[in-house]
Amino acid sequence: MIITNVENVPGKEIAVHYGLVSGSTVRAKHIGRDFMASLKNIVGGELKGYTELLSDSREESMERMKTQARSLGANAIINIRFSTSSIAQGASELYAYGTAVKLIDSTS
Amino acid sequence: MDGLTVTFVNLGIPLGLVLIGLIVGSILEKKHFKSIREREKLTLKLPIINIDSYDKTKTLKKAYLVTGSVVISVDYFKRFLAGLRNIFGGRVVTYESLVDRARREAILRMKEKCPAANLIINLRIETSTISKQGRSGQKSVGCVEAIAYGTAIQYAI
Repeated sequence: MIITNVENVPGKEIAVHYGLVSGSTVRAKHIGRDFMASLKNIVGGELKGYTELLSDSREESMERMKTQARSLGANAIINIRFSTSSIAQGASELYAYGTAVKLIDSTS
Repeated sequence: MDGLTVTFVNLGIPLGLVLIGLIVGSILEKKHFKSIREREKLTLKLPIINIDSYDKTKTLKKAYLVTGSVVISVDYFKRFLAGLRNIFGGRVVTYESLVDRARREAILRMKEKCPAANLIINLRIETSTISKQGRSGQKSVGCVEAIAYGTAIQYAI
């Protein structure tokens, strides 16, 4: 499955549009990480645990989006956008959305 | 405990945390900025644009999505200064450097994921705060997340 965040896939032609597909996950931090994070909050700097957690969850929401696109019969998703929102204390939602399309090799 | 000791403890702990934040935090930030500058020089040959356009005269080998993200936390000293700033208003320089660090690091991570690419098009950067309820109940800036994503273009040569 080809995934891009531009309006077409360079070098290919769009044959069919299947419409919007999306995937989301809501994740909460766990206590062990939260404790380390609050220690790190004193001195600042990167919170590796959170970085990992968020990129893992983003992967998962992409995976859900891909599953949806596959069930529609698409072989690519274009114009992907990500958005993050914190819905409650300590939990954030990672949302990915794009347009599912079927691609054919460009004739020109 | 007499009243003096109590005041000392009550004042001492936050002051100590602010001092630790000032010393360790600024060392960490300097180190991070140094590493960012070095890595930016190394990845300088991979240009990034934020429009959807590339050299159409060349044949393409691959086009794929690349992402990079980072979560960076505020230190106590910065939070303290920002709290002071909240009284008078104006530029919060300490937070400016924080988001700057996060964005540049996210872009660098994205670039480092596709060393074979010739160009990254349609770059988008998004920033979100992971708010953290303080112990006293008020909301405080816990940490900031930056994510950069774009489409990597690889020409067939």
